[in-house]
Amino acid sequence: MSINQSGWRPAMTAAGDAAPSLTFTGNRALMLEEALIFEIGDSETTGVDLADTLVGEDRLAGLARATPIGLPGLSEPETVRHYTRLSRQNYAIDLGLFPLGSCTMKHNPRLNEKVARLPGFADVHPLAPVDTVQGALGVINELAVWLIKLTGMHGVAMSPKAGAHGELCGILCIKAALEKRGEGHRKVILVPESAHGTNPATAAFAGFTVEDIPATPDGRVDTDALKARLGPDVAAVMITNPNTCGLFERDLKAISDAVHAAGGYVYCDGANFNAIVGRVRPGDLGVDAMHINLHKTFSTPHGGGGPGSGPVVLSKALSPFGPLPFTARMADGHIQLIEEETAGDDHPDTFGRMTAFHGQMGMFTRALTYILSHGADGLKQVAEDAVLNANYVLRSLEDVLDAPFAGAGPCMHEALFSDANLADGFSTLDVAKGLIDEGFHPMTVYFPLVVHGAMLVEPTETESKAALDQFIGALRSVAERAKAGDPALKSAPHFAPRARLDETLAARKPVLVWKERPAA
Amino acid sequence: MRYFTEDHEWIEVDGQIGTVGISDYAQSQLGDIVFVDVPADGRQLAKGDEAAVVESVKAASDVYSPVSGAVLEGNPALSDSPDLVNSDAEGEGWFFRITLSDEAELDSLMDEAAYEAFVAKL
Amino acid sequence: MRYLPLTQSDRDAMLSVIGAASIDDLFVDVPPAARLDGPVHDLPNHASELAVERHMTALARQNVVAGEVPFFLGAGAYRHHVPASVDHLIQRGEFLTAYTPYQPEIAQGTLQMLFEFQTQVARLLGTDVANASMYDGSTACWEAIGMARRITKKAKAILSSGLHPHYVSVAKTMAKYTGDLLDTAVPQLTAETDLDRLIAAIDDETSCVVVQYPDILGRIADLRPLADACHAKKALLIAVVTEPVALGALTSPGEMDADIVVGEGQSLGVGLQFGGPYVGLFGCKDKYVRQMPGRLCGETVDANGKRGFVLTLSTREQHIRREKATSNICTNSGLCALAFSIHMTLLGEKGLRGLAMLNHRKAVAAADRLAQVPGVSVVNTGFFNEFTLTLPVEARPVVRTLADRGILAGVSLGRLYPGEADLANGLVVAVTETTTGEDVETLAAALQEVLA
Repeated sequence: MSINQSGWRPAMTAAGDAAPSLTFTGNRALMLEEALIFEIGDSETTGVDLADTLVGEDRLAGLARATPIGLPGLSEPETVRHYTRLSRQNYAIDLGLFPLGSCTMKHNPRLNEKVARLPGFADVHPLAPVDTVQGALGVINELAVWLIKLTGMHGVAMSPKAGAHGELCGILCIKAALEKRGEGHRKVILVPESAHGTNPATAAFAGFTVEDIPATPDGRVDTDALKARLGPDVAAVMITNPNTCGLFERDLKAISDAVHAAGGYVYCDGANFNAIVGRVRPGDLGVDAMHINLHKTFSTPHGGGGPGSGPVVLSKALSPFGPLPFTARMADGHIQLIEEETAGDDHPDTFGRMTAFHGQMGMFTRALTYILSHGADGLKQVAEDAVLNANYVLRSLEDVLDAPFAGAGPCMHEALFSDANLADGFSTLDVAKGLIDEGFHPMTVYFPLVVHGAMLVEPTETESKAALDQFIGALRSVAERAKAGDPALKSAPHFAPRARLDETLAARKPVLVWKERPAA
Repeated sequence: MRYFTEDHEWIEVDGQIGTVGISDYAQSQLGDIVFVDVPADGRQLAKGDEAAVVESVKAASDVYSPVSGAVLEGNPALSDSPDLVNSDAEGEGWFFRITLSDEAELDSLMDEAAYEAFVAKL
Repeated sequence: MRYLPLTQSDRDAMLSVIGAASIDDLFVDVPPAARLDGPVHDLPNHASELAVERHMTALARQNVVAGEVPFFLGAGAYRHHVPASVDHLIQRGEFLTAYTPYQPEIAQGTLQMLFEFQTQVARLLGTDVANASMYDGSTACWEAIGMARRITKKAKAILSSGLHPHYVSVAKTMAKYTGDLLDTAVPQLTAETDLDRLIAAIDDETSCVVVQYPDILGRIADLRPLADACHAKKALLIAVVTEPVALGALTSPGEMDADIVVGEGQSLGVGLQFGGPYVGLFGCKDKYVRQMPGRLCGETVDANGKRGFVLTLSTREQHIRREKATSNICTNSGLCALAFSIHMTLLGEKGLRGLAMLNHRKAVAAADRLAQVPGVSVVNTGFFNEFTLTLPVEARPVVRTLADRGILAGVSLGRLYPGEADLANGLVVAVTETTTGEDVETLAAALQEVLA
């Protein structure tokens, strides 16, 4: 436990204090400034020793490189130092609670990393003969079985590379199924206005027209409005459950039944599966397709923005249309890889291939390791503790921050607040930046769009009560300052490696690559 | 003569030629403008077509043509200085000029006073 | 359960703060019919770290490890030596367990790394700019085709027969839904690429030509005449690089006037990993940057005037543009991009060019040795580190037989192009710095025996 439980805390700097005095290096003790590799490296330095190049002729078809690439090199010690210094300017789960709503920033167990690096997984080629990779195919198959059983679905497409890719997979299954039925004229996908932006982007990409479905005052899909819109032109609805306000869509089963009766399909955005894993099976709610973000629910590391992994579980109606390749376990235990060549007989309705190889194998090994560690009982506890932690945050802060749906009952795995109580001129952004000075990563801000100045807090199940209490205390303090109109908050963060950055400048005159500047 | 739409475009008409931009109210709502995508010369627009896109750091908004016609030119100054939309939305920050094909369409637009009243109610 | 810190007394105390009698009270919104009464049945319960490690290790042991046998597979995924410091650095928690850098004040490490990555990639591909990475090469290739449609407002894409067949498959899948028309062909076992066919096929409806460099058979051709032919018809040239190490030895596609250059970055830093996660590279000319998919990191200053970096031009992306976004993509491949970037930094100009020449010369020597096997000939006249052999018999069963002998001989064209009889005798062989002379001798001898 690294949380300070003694009650002692350092004195806060008074607002408006002068900046700390400058240092010769620009560094401040452990806060180290680091130049770009282009400023510290050069074309002669290298951090690798290569075997001598063989003497011989070249067969480069007259296309041998004639100009320098312009790559700076660093020696190994310089390289280690450069990236170590950069790393220290990042916030991370390993440093503290990371309450980013809808992102499920939970602890990343190191056993998963160790397993993914076993040579039998890390050093295997995707096109190696199938008989030589039975263990790799076995991981895919075993994980597939877990995902199917945990969701109560019929099949699963493992190859999608991330959540949005999974959404696309599900929507393409729906499109293929409609076309097979001769109902390709169904062009409308209904999306609640609280949906994540990938939902409408995905539907539009696949050639559908997106129509918004309004929300009820208690933060859920307006079931009556949705039912009224169903008809022969509606292909599907895309619903997030639990939804982006952190609430369970109580009517999902009724909605599914109505959509099916009207000839459509139900896509569920599984971004928030962590709240219900092991306790509720989406298959029991009539869902036809749902992507699972392995990097959320099953704790594969976010890595500063990917790689993700987005397998899609499918109902019996949609399974025949899933993408290639996939695995099939034969009666003798041998695992077959179904690709274009072998799909003809067993899987003629597939909509095709989404990616070059088999999907995010390195994430499969990590996710399976995580799942086996928890087991069915542990995963149920995951959902329960995630929901318990979020409700604890909600009830501990609803007196100081506006919580628009708190009166309607419990939340699921995330607590939603708004900017309604803040002083004039103070925004959600100021609260977020104030939390940075308290040593926390801010919550998700301004999402979902249906709540003004939204602050979405997802603590996850891997936080202790002591860590939650410290976070609650920090957020309470910042919220009180925002309500009181503390001007120091407007220029927060004061203690981070950087103050607020000028995003307007970055967008007006984009500088996207480093260029040597003429000496001043 | 200057007209306004409910989507906050303005058009200044001089004979057959109209100059189009977004209102000062609109720019104040959008915040710092970082990019404007203006229509290509010669493009045929119907009234209400998406003619241009205006972007702030966190939002992108479509700009609709208040009238039908052929685009004469986009404002070349905006590619280097999108901030003109902030500093002078109803002047130097114009988006494009268009040859009107149906002057009668102007009848459905608001004049300055009507637009001011419209904004006051928002 | 070792990953769950709450004790039962913590839970009880928290429930009482919440005002709930039991955890079930927090799940009241779940309809009774959908509530499970216990753990999902027919699945095992939790297991110790030791037990899980044993189970996973047993699965890992069922695979033939590339580094333990003579190994010649490529065709879009290449085995290179990755310096130990790469894996150490990407496992630092501040990189591994960080999120997308939406709060730039406390994410400068990731952001500066992405800015460096973008610059390295742009320089390697020969483009003006590059993005912060895509899922992989195949999806980057498809995104480039979509980008060309948005820029040219035309929808016919001509795909070279030398483009990786899985990349073609991905494009075909997506084109079914977007209405793009794809002109595709299977390759022929000739020393020349299909450049002439591509040039002849370009017309006023063409949005882009997609050409792989080096191509699926390892061949290389000067792209300049193709770029000129594209530009004459207001079409874009998209070049696909599946082996970025090649650009240490070869003129880059950008230098040959390609408009968009995409690639698979797996070769540097990432490792084979049975196909993923990999890292898609995506670069283009400056004038097209606003039509580019994916995240971009840009330089700016903070309120105190210090240089810093932010994600920028995000109005192209789905979270703002929703159904009008340039792509539905939300994530990039950040940690793989970091591995790529660290490996590139360790190599530097000198290291990458040395590595490339080492690969090439070893491949030349291997091609000459394998050509001595009776009945075997080399298709390519020019290549980088991968070339195609024709065998006197179908290559696929030969590959299986050699695998039984503990040799991973290459990728048969029968695997890549099932049903194409003209290609069935083709075998694509990759040689990198990890391949030893002894490996080549082992393969040549075994091949000779199997073919005898």
